[in-house]
Amino acid sequence: MRHGGLAPLVFLLPMVLVFGLFSWGPIVQSVVMSVQRTNMVTGAEFVGLDNFAQVLADPLLWTAVRNTLWFAVLALVFGYPIPLVVAVLINEVRRRRGLFSALAYLPVVVPPVVAVLLWKFFFDAGPNGVFNTLLGAVGIGPLRWLQDADTAMPSLVLEATWAAAGSTVIIYLAALAAVPPELYEAAEIDGASIRRKVWHVTLPNLRGVLLVTFILQIIGTAQVFLEPFLFTGGGPANATTTVLLLIYDYAFADSLGGDYGAATALSLMLAAVLAVFSALYFRLTRSWSTS
Amino acid sequence: MKSPHRTARLALVLCLSLTLAACGSDGAGGSDAVGEDGRVVVTVAIDAGLEQGAVDAFNERVEQFEASHSDVDIQPQEYTWSAATFTSQLAGGTIPDVFTVPFTDGRGLIEREQIADIADQVDRLPYADSFNPTVATAGQAPDGRQWAVPIAAYGQGLHYNRTLFTQAGLDPDRPPTTWPQVRAAARQIAERTGQTGYAQMTSDNTGGWILTTLDYAFGGRTESIRGEKATATLDTPEMTEALELVAAMRWEDESMGANFLYDWATINQDFAAGRIGMYVSGGGNYGNLVTQNAMRPADYGVAVLPLVDDPEAGVLGGGTLAVVSPKTGERTREAAVRWIDFYYMAKLTDKDAAVLDARTLAETGQPVGAPQLPVLDRATFDAARGWVKEYVNVPVDQLRPYTDAMFDQPLVTEPTRSTQEVYGILDTVVQTVLTDRDADIPALLADAQSQAQALLDRG
Repeated sequence: MRHGGLAPLVFLLPMVLVFGLFSWGPIVQSVVMSVQRTNMVTGAEFVGLDNFAQVLADPLLWTAVRNTLWFAVLALVFGYPIPLVVAVLINEVRRRRGLFSALAYLPVVVPPVVAVLLWKFFFDAGPNGVFNTLLGAVGIGPLRWLQDADTAMPSLVLEATWAAAGSTVIIYLAALAAVPPELYEAAEIDGASIRRKVWHVTLPNLRGVLLVTFILQIIGTAQVFLEPFLFTGGGPANATTTVLLLIYDYAFADSLGGDYGAATALSLMLAAVLAVFSALYFRLTRSWSTS
Repeated sequence: MKSPHRTARLALVLCLSLTLAACGSDGAGGSDAVGEDGRVVVTVAIDAGLEQGAVDAFNERVEQFEASHSDVDIQPQEYTWSAATFTSQLAGGTIPDVFTVPFTDGRGLIEREQIADIADQVDRLPYADSFNPTVATAGQAPDGRQWAVPIAAYGQGLHYNRTLFTQAGLDPDRPPTTWPQVRAAARQIAERTGQTGYAQMTSDNTGGWILTTLDYAFGGRTESIRGEKATATLDTPEMTEALELVAAMRWEDESMGANFLYDWATINQDFAAGRIGMYVSGGGNYGNLVTQNAMRPADYGVAVLPLVDDPEAGVLGGGTLAVVSPKTGERTREAAVRWIDFYYMAKLTDKDAAVLDARTLAETGQPVGAPQLPVLDRATFDAARGWVKEYVNVPVDQLRPYTDAMFDQPLVTEPTRSTQEVYGILDTVVQTVLTDRDADIPALLADAQSQAQALLDRG
């Protein structure tokens, strides 16, 4: 690189162009837009930090933050351990491991919109809905699923966990394959049970991967959009309005739409919060990461 | 990477990004697209997802127009108005030159100058002075200039499924005429057919739209305007009464089914599929239900909205505006208004055009004769109805509970300030009432009132 002159730049150019056009261009543009008011027809007007002030004064913002945190907590409690358990179980299976991996991954292959439309049928709140029929057979319900402020968010987490678990399972399976088998053999010779093997061999060896999937999950849940957008539109009564849905609403929805300034301002604030969180997280966990 | 080149590289990349970012923003002003043959190209919207018959009918009208306007090249483009994609499509230059928008969105577009000012061209139309005044305001800027052409108008109606009425033991020729009757019929339908007796839209601002409709029907208004000052009037006895009725149907009668997140498209789907007994929507909805949602015409019935016995009670009106993209040049705008005149307006004012339009629609199996309110004066409206009488193919008798009484009801325009935003606030209110058994209606309305007032004060 040091003596290459212009040659490295020429080689770099295609990547820089593509990256600049599709990644950095929009990022820079959104920074610019966050201090502007525009109707996309006449020239944009500079408004300083007005957009940020407007967003921070919006009572819906705090509802959206609360909802997003609620989604993140539910997704952590249910969505985080389940793939790990599934991966460990699949790893323990001696035969047809490929089949089980494929089955676990299948939901990821289903296009998200199709999956949501399918689950909408499952979530039908009438007594004849799919889930309500199943639960009715064991004397539960009918539940109101998406049609109740209390059950709407857990319903979204249920679908999101089903939809996303497959990818994480595959990551864990790959990591599990890298655990030296002699460690398990040694543990078995020492008479360790499956539980102790998982606790003393599997988990310590997966620590690095677990830390990464944890932070990815937090970032993913902070940006949850698809489920509330397609299932409920943020309802009932804003019970599932998340931060990203609010950004979308600022920019595109009927009621608040066209406010690109507020949308980009909130996007930048979200990005800043996530960046700070990630930095803190890696700093705090550096000492107990495997690397 | 410690070489001095690093700074240069970084600078290059940053410059590049900024240049690219700058490419995205576009200046104002429009231009004309002129073909090699010298004709000005005008892209015009045709609803997305129409049946082939409707597409054929549209294309035939395009050919007829081009035959008599040799300097214009009309290019149909599938486009259905959506507030969500509008601004991005406008910025990206993919919006057609001529398209239609609901009255509700027209005012915001004019305020934000996101449609072209075509007032000069519209003023030259022979019928420019005879627009129905309550309808014309929907397309006017505050200074009274006509930026958009109203092409259709309607009052809200009570749509009902005749087959479900019959199955429930109700007389489909005598739909409910009071709100207690609506409630009783909804209950009977739910009990005897297992389907939803009465459903209501709640999402994407349609919740506010329909709640405002009920409020008007109970004699209320959602805003009052004195001079420049607009006051929100959501926390009123009329609005409370409307919400209490909805709450009673939902929680006491359990006649409102299990979906409380309907928007316009989804409620039309479920109604057309026979899952809903009654709902409130625009009186001219027949076309959408039949051509886009495949409803069986025999199932369809519509009645005027019940109004309480109060001189203030009225029917919320709405309609459609034809508008022109702000990215067009002078020649395109002039041709665009001629297209609007030909395609949307001539059938309302000119006998030959009306007959041609109706015949084309009828021959391609499209509905002719769905209920509408006059866009121009009543005499022109009645005359136009007469011209196309022989082509009417909608089930006229089934529309009678609406058409026989629609002119007797006072038509009230939608709220004019921050219309969609206030509807959005009311969405939350009606969703809460429908999903929370313990919803505190007075508290909800007090909260909505202060939110709406804050919005109106911001202007």
